[in-house]
Amino acid sequence: MPRSTRVVGDGGSISKGKICSLKARAVLIDMEEGVVNEILQGPLRDVFDSKQLITDISGSGNNWAVGHKVFGSLYQEQILEKLRKSAEHCDCLQCFFIIHSMGGGTGSGLGTFLLKLLEDEFPEVYRFVTSVYPSGEDDVITSPYNSILAMKELNEHADCVLPIDNQSLFDIISKIDLMVNSGKLGTTIKPKSLVTSSAGAVKKRHQKPFDAMNNIVANLLLNLTSSARFEGSLNMDLNEISMNLVPFPQLHYLVSSLTPLYTLADVNIPTRRLDQMFSDAFSKDHQLIRADPKHSLYLACALMLRGNVQVSDLRRNIERLKPSLQFVSWNQEGWKTSLCSVPPVGHSHSLLALANNTCVKPTFMELKERFMRLYKKKAHLHHYLQIEGMEESSFMEAVSSLSGLIEEYNQLDATKSMPVEDFPRLSIAV
Amino acid sequence: MSIVTVQLGQCGNQIGFEVFDALYTDSHCPQGLCSKRENEAYQASCKERFFSEEENGVPVARAVLVDMEPKVTNQTLSKAAQSGRWKYGQHSCFCQKQGSGNNWAYGYSVHGPRHEESIMNLIQKEVEKCDSLSGFFIIMSMAGGTGSGLGAFVTQNLQDQYSNSLKMNQIIWPYGTGEVIVQNYNSILTLSHLYRSSDALLVHENDALHKICAKLMNIKQISFSDINQVLAHQLGSVFQPTYSVEGSCHYRRNPLGIDWQVRPPLSGLPTLGKASLNRGLHFNMSIANLVILRGKDVHSADLGGFKDSALYTSWLEPINAFNVWKTQRAFSKYEKSAALVSNSQFLLKPLDTIVGKAWNMFASKAYIHQYTKFGIEEEDFLDSFTLLEQVVASYCNL
Repeated sequence: MPRSTRVVGDGGSISKGKICSLKARAVLIDMEEGVVNEILQGPLRDVFDSKQLITDISGSGNNWAVGHKVFGSLYQEQILEKLRKSAEHCDCLQCFFIIHSMGGGTGSGLGTFLLKLLEDEFPEVYRFVTSVYPSGEDDVITSPYNSILAMKELNEHADCVLPIDNQSLFDIISKIDLMVNSGKLGTTIKPKSLVTSSAGAVKKRHQKPFDAMNNIVANLLLNLTSSARFEGSLNMDLNEISMNLVPFPQLHYLVSSLTPLYTLADVNIPTRRLDQMFSDAFSKDHQLIRADPKHSLYLACALMLRGNVQVSDLRRNIERLKPSLQFVSWNQEGWKTSLCSVPPVGHSHSLLALANNTCVKPTFMELKERFMRLYKKKAHLHHYLQIEGMEESSFMEAVSSLSGLIEEYNQLDATKSMPVEDFPRLSIAV
Repeated sequence: MSIVTVQLGQCGNQIGFEVFDALYTDSHCPQGLCSKRENEAYQASCKERFFSEEENGVPVARAVLVDMEPKVTNQTLSKAAQSGRWKYGQHSCFCQKQGSGNNWAYGYSVHGPRHEESIMNLIQKEVEKCDSLSGFFIIMSMAGGTGSGLGAFVTQNLQDQYSNSLKMNQIIWPYGTGEVIVQNYNSILTLSHLYRSSDALLVHENDALHKICAKLMNIKQISFSDINQVLAHQLGSVFQPTYSVEGSCHYRRNPLGIDWQVRPPLSGLPTLGKASLNRGLHFNMSIANLVILRGKDVHSADLGGFKDSALYTSWLEPINAFNVWKTQRAFSKYEKSAALVSNSQFLLKPLDTIVGKAWNMFASKAYIHQYTKFGIEEEDFLDSFTLLEQVVASYCNL
């Protein structure tokens, strides 16, 4: 479970064409060694320092309580020490990216423990969490428990959450495959360049799609930080995301969509016309979770553009798309935009849309339903309750937290068809 | 008399560059449509106002660049230096790394006090380079966090420290939709604070500039660079030297003239009951208008239309409200050019709209926690609303 701060490359040395001395500002944590070892033997081994790892051998057994309570207290000091060291290397620490899954034990349990730790230790630093939610056909039986327990922590301690689900990523990959195989390739990237090489992904695509799926999430984070890393005529920093997209502290779940869709291994997909790119961003096929923002209520929307896109293109498309979207009454013009001059590799422009939209509600409701089905039968509960600090009330509190969140979205949805009325203004005696 | 420019935030710095570039380009225009001596006097006057001399002959802009993140100021500094024609001072820039997050409260309450000393010192240094200071020109946007919040803070400081010098703020009115979600909050907080410490607010609306680019200049893919250049052109034609009325061979000394400030009648304003409703809301009432003519035939231009009393509010005579400055030396490459600076009801609708939207958002309490986090309370918002409603009412009743 890698967790990284804003990656800033400053003054790395270059030898034989490769950048050698840059290290990721990251701490990698896993309670098993397999994945982390693979990373350290893979093509990015020079980027990560073994001093930045925290591992154990036994794993968390897909149990949130083990991750959160057992490993949490066991590794608290180590985690803090490594975080402090990483922070010391920063001139100006602005935010943490926490990347984890919700359905397992380590990412979910230890990950959310870490979240609370970050809030206490670095209260002024933003916490952006990228969370992979379990899909319907998820093979971890206890994933609903783990997810709900983790959700409570996300509700209370995260500044912004970007939910992702594997099914959507898989669907996106399948779409890309279709495009690649239909032979519509562009010529903007050299076939032998580092970007197109799929070194390490020896296995066939459909057998191990995770590399390609994860690449999509990597692109998400890349585009999220592009305006902070590169110049542009309208910059947007990470702290601006939180400021503009989180109107109330609990409503901080942002649905993301990327266009054009591609993975680093398939950069040759032709760039769609600019306006089409905007339309695609609002289509449910491009969302990174199963959601349809177009038919739900927007609280706020951010559009982050890269490449040769100017303010007139932006305005034209906002005007064009606005009529088909519903915004909450107090935020009818709830758009936050940014223009970064540097396009992503192999494309002339790209768009990342972040939506604070009630379309996340179904995901949460489904999660709650799956939880209730398990919990009613008390299935597997003993694995959790036998951990010190865990009681039935922990589960009840977690469900109640989620129910509260769902209710907030319900109330907002209820305002959808109501006419927009202006509040009476202050009357002044001149 | 010199003007010290303070450029704040991404917008302020991007615009500031274009303004200095436009001023420099114009002052070095070889065909001024006037005598060589005339041209030289013009150049010298412009130079004194906006540039100071550096050792190797490259003029240095009298400007202080402020931003809470380094990318834009770095770009601005290098763009100017690369041009080889003029540049910014080596030590005229103050920047930090973390930005203001589009948060007015952060710009005003956190960055302001934290960096007050450094910023005011930089400004002081620039002021000391001037033989005689005419005033300050502060360029900032209203929608973001640095320009708006820190800009308001700095203006307040300038008011305290240099109370005898004029402070004019160039504020950028954001597009009606689609820049920053909290732009209406940031705008009302900025305006209410500036009202208390600035002498004049020169407003440019992004929507209006955009229309100019689209309709008058036929630019297909409009960039912020295009918009800023239009703005800089307008400002240049206002700020470049003009003749003073008395002597036709001296350039007007104070460009931030008090000629276009409002002097209300000594007997006080008329009571509300006489509000001229019959004129309808479409008619734009002015308190003061300034026309600046440059180039050929300036002396024979007919300005009668501007002296019509129908343009002005009932308690003003046109002679008190209308001013004209004329200069033979042409601006940029234009044989004839005219600029109008107006204090009128022009901004009433945009202001009313912004206040309305901010009020609706405030009524639902959306985003308020982001401001209270840094010390701007609901009361501060209410104070701002109250002040601005008064401004709206005052303009409405012209």
